[in-house]
Amino acid sequence: MKSSTIVSQINSIENIVAKYPKNQSSLIAILQEVQEQKGYLPREDLEFIARTMNISLNKIYGVATFYSQFSLKPKGKHTISVCTGTACHVKGSANLIKHLRDRLNIKCGDTTNDGKFSLFDVRCIGACSVAPAVVIDGRTYGKLTVEELDKILDGIQA
Amino acid sequence: MVDLSIINLSSEKREKLRQRKFGENVIKMAMSACAVASGNGETFKAFEEEIKKAGLNFKVEQTACFGTCFAEPFVKIQTKGNSYYYYHVKKEMVPEMVAKLKRGEIPEKNLYTKEDEFDKSEYFKKQVRLVSKNCGIIDPESLDDYLIYDGYQGLKKAYSLKPEEVISVLREARLRGRGGAGFPTATKWEFLRSNQSEEKYLIANADEGDPGAFMNRALLERDPFRLIEGMTIASYATGTSEGFIYARAEYPLVIQRLKNALKIARENGLLGKNILGTSHSFDIHLCEGAGAFVCGEETALMNSIEGKRGMPRPRPPFPAQKGLFSKPTNINNVETYSHVTTIFQSGVEDYKKYGTEKTGGTKMICLTGKIKRPGVVEVPFGIMLRELIFDIGGGCDSGFKAVQVGGPSGGCIPESELDVELDYETIVEKGAIMGSGGFVVMDKETDMVDVAKFFTSFTRDESCGKCTPCREGMYRMWEMLERITNGEGKKGDIEKLEKLGNVIMDTALCGLGQTAPKPVLSTIRYFRKEYEDYIEGKKSSFPTYKITDKCIGCTKCAKICPVSAITGKIKEKHEINQNKCIHCGACYTNCPVKAIEKK
Repeated sequence: MKSSTIVSQINSIENIVAKYPKNQSSLIAILQEVQEQKGYLPREDLEFIARTMNISLNKIYGVATFYSQFSLKPKGKHTISVCTGTACHVKGSANLIKHLRDRLNIKCGDTTNDGKFSLFDVRCIGACSVAPAVVIDGRTYGKLTVEELDKILDGIQA
Repeated sequence: MVDLSIINLSSEKREKLRQRKFGENVIKMAMSACAVASGNGETFKAFEEEIKKAGLNFKVEQTACFGTCFAEPFVKIQTKGNSYYYYHVKKEMVPEMVAKLKRGEIPEKNLYTKEDEFDKSEYFKKQVRLVSKNCGIIDPESLDDYLIYDGYQGLKKAYSLKPEEVISVLREARLRGRGGAGFPTATKWEFLRSNQSEEKYLIANADEGDPGAFMNRALLERDPFRLIEGMTIASYATGTSEGFIYARAEYPLVIQRLKNALKIARENGLLGKNILGTSHSFDIHLCEGAGAFVCGEETALMNSIEGKRGMPRPRPPFPAQKGLFSKPTNINNVETYSHVTTIFQSGVEDYKKYGTEKTGGTKMICLTGKIKRPGVVEVPFGIMLRELIFDIGGGCDSGFKAVQVGGPSGGCIPESELDVELDYETIVEKGAIMGSGGFVVMDKETDMVDVAKFFTSFTRDESCGKCTPCREGMYRMWEMLERITNGEGKKGDIEKLEKLGNVIMDTALCGLGQTAPKPVLSTIRYFRKEYEDYIEGKKSSFPTYKITDKCIGCTKCAKICPVSAITGKIKEKHEINQNKCIHCGACYTNCPVKAIEKK
């Protein structure tokens, strides 16, 4: 990585960290901002947080790996999150996940080799009345069949 | 700045303001994520365009949902002194509806009910909407609307009492925590009030993690100021000056509405120093969860606010002694605080009329799964479960088998056990828990062992890992269920599951582990035969479906098959491609002439 890129990333982290009181209770909010901006938590950002906030990197990793919102790997250009709540399960979310794993040739939690799609099986998103629900790039789709799902992905891939 | 003098107006004057504001011609629709997923966005846009084209004096407004998920796109048309509610309004219907409005007529197609006929509607007539009374009426982002609809009348009433009197009112109301455990709220608040520590905290638990439960989401999207007012009353009663709302990251609209409401409350002196000109000061921080079911547990939640891994703490000490940042803390569910507001706004005498001997008031319930009318409802404690599911929810067209109550901490209640009142203790007797109020209906095709395995895999994954019974025990339970559903079950497995489940419940550190075996134990209690059939080789996770000669070629199965595995011409016998079939049973369940065999 070029040094200028590293410097600009650290500056961005500096701005984020500077907004918060320097104690552990700010940690999750800081990680959430980094996750939101970059789509994942780069190691160098976590190292910066450790140095600046005087929290061990070990502890920060402990927090980053505990919560499902955080990813240590970059996500794909498009994210597909299939809700696995009870109502969605009863209405066939497992079929949708199986189909997506086959179509994209990846497991849940992974990204396609071309970096286009990431697939996640997520906890209940509270859209139980439109089960099975899938969130694609932040938009919720409900009562999906495999065919409708394919149509949406075809549209994105086109 | 909002005109806070509304708070000091008489109820008659506030009623006049309500009539003036809401006597206008308005079309309202919900725009939550699930509403948009149902097509509301398109219908809303169609109304905007058609009203503009027709030059009609009608506002088209977004509102929070009415709880009628089964009827979306659901439209409320307020005109001529009444409100008319329409179901399944697709965008294609809009031009005709607007044309009728232009002629001064009320559209008739897809009319579900009217405001003055709510008591005739199957869905609404048995509901009692106390905390959800503002839904679909107010703009959730408007403090003006909230004040016109009795907003802050509750706090005003509370300020006229001493703090201990406020707590007595809650005792009189028989208010119990709505987060699941049903602990008496007055007792909890009294613990905190009597603690002399200068630093104390309040927390609102909005980390609604139970799959199948979204009543907190609905409440906060519809009426966020109700929570703030309730927390402010709590702060006055318990002597706390700082509060936290811990909201799930998976609810972005809730977070947006809360941020907005907190900002407006602060700008108008309803949070901060000297609220409503009194010596009472209180402010609230908003924290977002980061995706961990266990953080719905009160001590894990506190650890999360402190920036740590969300692992529960042993008790004692209890939060009221040593909670957030090791200071005395009271934590209540969002719905509980909202009930506090309602009790003080409407008066405890009105509130007390509803409920059972042990539990006053109402509960918000989510009806989902294979139910005819999925949605969010509010019912009085004491309503029979059968009424809730069959009268309000419309029952299950594909044949009711069981209702799962209480999420992953709860259990499955079969049809034979539905003649009980909705209350905390009665549900526990049936092997479930009230939990947050999610009711997921399952039909005759649902494999109950698979349901038990589903919940077990959930709690196995969500276990924080701290205590051995939960961390190791739930994994062992899941392994046994996996073997059983894969056809490798052994004699004695059911007894092992029962024994292990009871040990985990007795020895786990927190509520997650202490209730995680319940779905397994309750399905063994009521559906033991399904476990036995698996072990004896009489049942498989992958039944084979075959179309018989009874087929009338209606093509319904072909259309419904999620993987297009069924072919056939109209009025001719259809065929299932067994290589493509994923054994979901959708064709079997939906065949109008029962022409499909299941083996």
